Amino acid sequence: MTDTVAPPDALSVDKVIVRFAGDSGDGMQLTGDRFTSASALFGNDLATLPEYPSEIRAPAGTLAGVSAFQVQISDHDIMTPGDAPDVLVAMNPAALKSDLYMLVPGGTLIVNADAFEERNLAKAGYEDNPLEGSELDAYRLVTAPMTSLTKEVCKNLGVKPRDAERSKNFFALGLVSWMYSRPSEPTMEWIDAKFAGRDLIIAANKAAYAAGHAFGETAELGHQRVVVPAAPQEPGTYTNINGNTALAWGLVAAGELSGLPVFLGSYPITPATDILHELSKHKSFGVTAFQAEDEIAAAGSALGAAYGGYLGVTTTSGPGVALKSETISLAVSLELPLVIVDIQRGGPSTGLPTKTEAADLLMAMYGRHGEAPLPVVAASTPSDCFNVAIEAARIALTHHTPVILLSDGYLANGSEPWRLPEVDSLAPIPVEFATEFNHTNADGEPAFWPFLRDENLVRPLAPPGTPDLMHRIGGIEKQDGSGNVSYDPQNHAHMVAVRAERMALIEVPDVEVVGHPEAEVLVVGWGSTWGAITGGVRRLVNAGHKVAQVHLTHLNPFPKNLGEVLARHDKILVPEMNMGHLARMLRADYLVDARPIGKVTGQPFTAGEIEQVALGALDD
Amino acid sequence: MTDMLDVAMGNVGEAPETSRSDWQSDQEVRWCPGCGDYSVLTAIQLLLPELGARRENTVFISGIGCAARFPYYMDTYGVHTIHGRSPAFATGLAMARPDLDIWVIGGDGDMLSIGGNHLIHALRRNINLNILLLNNQIYGLTKGQYSPTSEIGKVTKSSPIGATPRPFNPVSVALGAEASFVARTHDMDRRHMQEVFRQAYLHDGAAFVEVYQNCNVFNDGAFGAITKKVAREDMLIDLRHGEPIRFGGENEKGVARRDGGVEIVNVADVGEDAVLVHDEARQDPSTAFSLSRLAEGPHTPTPIGVFRACQRDEYGRTVADQIAEVTASRGKGNLSALLRSQPTWEV
Ligand SMILES: Cc1ncc(C[n+]2csc(CCOP(=O)(O)OP(=O)(O)O)c2C)c(N)n1
Ligand code: SF4
Ligand SMILES: [Mg+2]
Repeated sequence: MTDTVAPPDALSVDKVIVRFAGDSGDGMQLTGDRFTSASALFGNDLATLPEYPSEIRAPAGTLAGVSAFQVQISDHDIMTPGDAPDVLVAMNPAALKSDLYMLVPGGTLIVNADAFEERNLAKAGYEDNPLEGSELDAYRLVTAPMTSLTKEVCKNLGVKPRDAERSKNFFALGLVSWMYSRPSEPTMEWIDAKFAGRDLIIAANKAAYAAGHAFGETAELGHQRVVVPAAPQEPGTYTNINGNTALAWGLVAAGELSGLPVFLGSYPITPATDILHELSKHKSFGVTAFQAEDEIAAAGSALGAAYGGYLGVTTTSGPGVALKSETISLAVSLELPLVIVDIQRGGPSTGLPTKTEAADLLMAMYGRHGEAPLPVVAASTPSDCFNVAIEAARIALTHHTPVILLSDGYLANGSEPWRLPEVDSLAPIPVEFATEFNHTNADGEPAFWPFLRDENLVRPLAPPGTPDLMHRIGGIEKQDGSGNVSYDPQNHAHMVAVRAERMALIEVPDVEVVGHPEAEVLVVGWGSTWGAITGGVRRLVNAGHKVAQVHLTHLNPFPKNLGEVLARHDKILVPEMNMGHLARMLRADYLVDARPIGKVTGQPFTAGEIEQVALGALDD
Repeated sequence: MTDMLDVAMGNVGEAPETSRSDWQSDQEVRWCPGCGDYSVLTAIQLLLPELGARRENTVFISGIGCAARFPYYMDTYGVHTIHGRSPAFATGLAMARPDLDIWVIGGDGDMLSIGGNHLIHALRRNINLNILLLNNQIYGLTKGQYSPTSEIGKVTKSSPIGATPRPFNPVSVALGAEASFVARTHDMDRRHMQEVFRQAYLHDGAAFVEVYQNCNVFNDGAFGAITKKVAREDMLIDLRHGEPIRFGGENEKGVARRDGGVEIVNVADVGEDAVLVHDEARQDPSTAFSLSRLAEGPHTPTPIGVFRACQRDEYGRTVADQIAEVTASRGKGNLSALLRSQPTWEV
């Protein structure tokens, strides 16, 4: 069981997509996560897609309770968790019923035969047992009595049968790990660490894993053992990272780079909560993680801390951004730095809390009262969340403005190998607070004018406590310069123009066109569609098609060269997990025929889908 | 704390002496002539020099409303935020900057209607704030609608036949949230206001003060029955820590326990020993709550002064202590180590 080297007779393939599906109580997320970690340590490139129901305890055995984890592992650079799984592990009839349609024809189907009894079949809506008929003939079916075999090997360990049953996911993991020649040690070590002190559970899980492994070895599976060789990767230290962890670490990094302590104000909401969890752990970095009474207070407290000289951050999902919007407008008016993180999910209202969507872009851009522009940035991969968190903080702290960072459920929970940056290579974020008067009144007295701007139209910040610079700010319109309350019509028009101009003065790197040098079709993306777009475009370009892509991190302001890049291409496709937000913005700003390609099924695009629409556009 | 904030946080030691004018900003005060808000402003501007407060360490945070214009008139740091959210903003500021003296000022609509949730949570957490609720039992700034403290039957533009919902009693609300300091005063008595504000300032944790404030434009005389000079002796029950609760021209009336609550008695009838001795430091807020229920509204004898002043953990400090403890035991965070805190592999 300690083999890490693929057996010599194993068939080498360049990639495989495995989907673990079962009841919420079956531990599929954990199983997928372990398979992923072992593959990451083995050196594969990978991308994951965890999918779980929004009910914490959906009725066991029902379709609503199905929880799945899909992972693609490969020997080359990949961008997505894959289009259709090559292997489906179905721990019960409901999982088979809900996910079978995804499996590629001829794919491997591994089922827990013990779960296919009358009650479970009925709950899943099967009249007859599909394992007995011919409906699964198109697949390579592997039936394993996982529950009973697990109970059997646990019997002599003194584990109660009910507890033993809980270990059956490790049986599945052992079996799939055997099939795909995954190393076992990382999982054994993980079990030891995770269940330290609970020896019976450790023994049961290890025994179940070993039993699954042995089942693969001894049973006549008719299944060729497969190996996916390690992917060539740039030298460096790697870790497997999900988007929310990367984002939280990026915020910690931004605190270190700016020299400001981080204050997080947050209120739990899926799929953003893990950022609150993660930042709550990092007290030794001076991070204050405050669980407020609601999203309004979360934003308000973060803004209050920012006024006090902290790096103020608030994290949430769409419904929370709606609640924070009045406070965000206040931050626009006060010109205080604030980072607002929106981990988007399916909407409107509670919508699909555990499914992904990216339909908050227009809210981020325009969802405030009055003329209230602010910078918007978006992360494109799980590890990119780290960079974009730093970028959001950099813009906020150097331009004294609230910044909205968009991520989504797919990035938040999905993971990928990440080559760790050298901390020294991260650029510091220069922050300077005012300590001196900056103006002389008519009577010759020195004064501090909070809205006297520099060449980037950035106002000075003097946190309370700064001697002599006492001043008042507020949401009422203020005289530019002095900051005194002003209802003067011309001043208001001037301030609206200044707030818009401030956005235009933010430095944003140019977009890079990737793909065919004479592309006819340009695929423009933002956010988590990067993987699918890159995969699809790459296939087309490799086949000689005139297709290229650009991917936007900065959505406000847009990169300076974007207009010229768009003008250079005949056809512009904009795949988005919404009904055409970016497409509208491009049309409005550049008067180009940007075609919206929407997907709102709660699932990310596949590379195949992008390939199809781009091919279609080439033909028309 | 980092270098950047050192300047702001370095103000320790004796504060320079100040006078009233040092605390007055150059902005013209824009309340209606005769508004009770003026006397609150004056009381504060006279008190802060006495307290030896530092202007640069003093911050006034407000929401929206007439009362909430307060920060503009103080030559201190100040933020006029948005309607109802001042306790939330101030909570973040207080947690970030325990070195500051933070005053939160707003009206009954601001703090008990739109911002009620933030108020009770700031009190529950015992954030180190001095919260002044200027209660005029009306929405002043929006020109006279009934508020959550307006009496039943109140006729306003939005309640032409009379308001029907039961009003909040702000002191009861604060005690219900287990605020560690709860007091009431009124705008007709500067000395009383200053004494209550002084105690609020000295209190460690959240200090909540309800100020009966006359809006002479939209709700004139709402508190006249108890605050006008001739009525005070019989209508205001001034609570003093450690003293029997007595009032009336001859001190002939008092407050005694009854049926688990309290009632007003003639001292002669019950005897001096039966008169309740006020203990603001009681941890159990029940007696203070009973006192807050003595008057149905400001037209029968009404307790003023400090209802409750007791010590309990201030939230910002417990959070800072956890940060300090973790940092002391694990050492200051190292970013490079954080990035390597999950399983890693070398290529
Ligand atoms: C979100 C929002 N809703 C409504 C208002 C309008 N508004 C401003 S002040 C106010 C009520 C003020 O009453 P109160 O808090 O009692 O203060 P007062 O003016 O009486 O001092 C209202 C409803 C607003 N500014 N913002
Ligand atoms: S409307 Fe009432 S509360 Fe407002 S300033 Fe005038 S008198 Fe004062
Ligand atoms: Mg009012």
